Amino acid sequence: MEKPNLEYINQLARGEKDVKNTLIAVVKEEYPIELENYFKSLENGNFKDIEDQVHRIKHKFSILGLEISYNKAVDFELSLREGELNKVQKDDFETTLKSITKFLKTI
Amino acid sequence: MNCIVIDDEKMARVIIKTLCSEIDSLELVEEFSDAIQAIKYLNENQVDLIFLDIHMPNFSGLDFIKTLKNPPKIIFTTSDPKFAIEAFEYDFIVDYLLKPIEFPRFEKAVKKAQKEQIIKKEASKNKVEEVKNDFYVNIDRRLIKIDLPSIYLIQAKGDYINIKTENKNYIVHSTLKKIEEKLPDSLFLKVHRSYIINVKKIIDIEDNSVLIKKDVIPVSRSKRPELMKRLDLL
Repeated sequence: MEKPNLEYINQLARGEKDVKNTLIAVVKEEYPIELENYFKSLENGNFKDIEDQVHRIKHKFSILGLEISYNKAVDFELSLREGELNKVQKDDFETTLKSITKFLKTI
Repeated sequence: MNCIVIDDEKMARVIIKTLCSEIDSLELVEEFSDAIQAIKYLNENQVDLIFLDIHMPNFSGLDFIKTLKNPPKIIFTTSDPKFAIEAFEYDFIVDYLLKPIEFPRFEKAVKKAQKEQIIKKEASKNKVEEVKNDFYVNIDRRLIKIDLPSIYLIQAKGDYINIKTENKNYIVHSTLKKIEEKLPDSLFLKVHRSYIINVKKIIDIEDNSVLIKKDVIPVSRSKRPELMKRLDLL
């Protein structure tokens, strides 16, 4: 399974430590809020809301180099748009969320 | 070139800010987390370029562009490729960047926007020059055509103005203010409350006066900096 990484952030920062730290700080600031919003939307069962939260979070997937998970999140988002909460897609999505949560504690 | 970014995600705005800082000719002047705030800003400020997210809650990027009366260049920044075709229906949409945006692709889009801005400026400049190459004045119930580039001096004389051209002088019942509005800025400059000169016809400048043909024209102290700016100094 692919693992979150800082390749894209390093590429953006171009060796500037301050820039890198700022980018990481923003990911750490936004991610827990997005995670909370995602689970809240699941509780409420509003597919449009869940879709919006998945859309937001998937940007973090791409920033953390999770290309495969990103593509799976796109499919999950599309299913939600069509009114379907696909269990396999949901589980995959949430596995990635756990992986990111773990990774963010290490940086 | 100044620009703003509109994106509900802070991370996306920080990334655009980081990318903008790599291009000297690009200045990010403001960032907005929602399109409504940006509309208010654009009502009072002018920008050359907008980096715009499409997928935003309440008011999408596509809704936003429909509200713009005089849109600047826009580069869409989105993780969703499905809007690409719709986006390019608007001629002010320069590019469509898919997130995560990498610098080479970002730079290419900015260069495209800069190029289009230069072309637009040149086109509007040429249009102005083309339209304002001559005008008509009413003298003794006759409309007489005067070529603008042939005018070297316009002098206010009470209720009349004296338009001096290479071949002839025309006394017209009008004011300097009225005629100033019809003259192209690229050629003419009001250097004194009673004089408008063709800057291309200046022979020399000395202290607070200019020599045009055989006329020595006073230059107001407040107009001197503008006059000096317009001269092609060695």
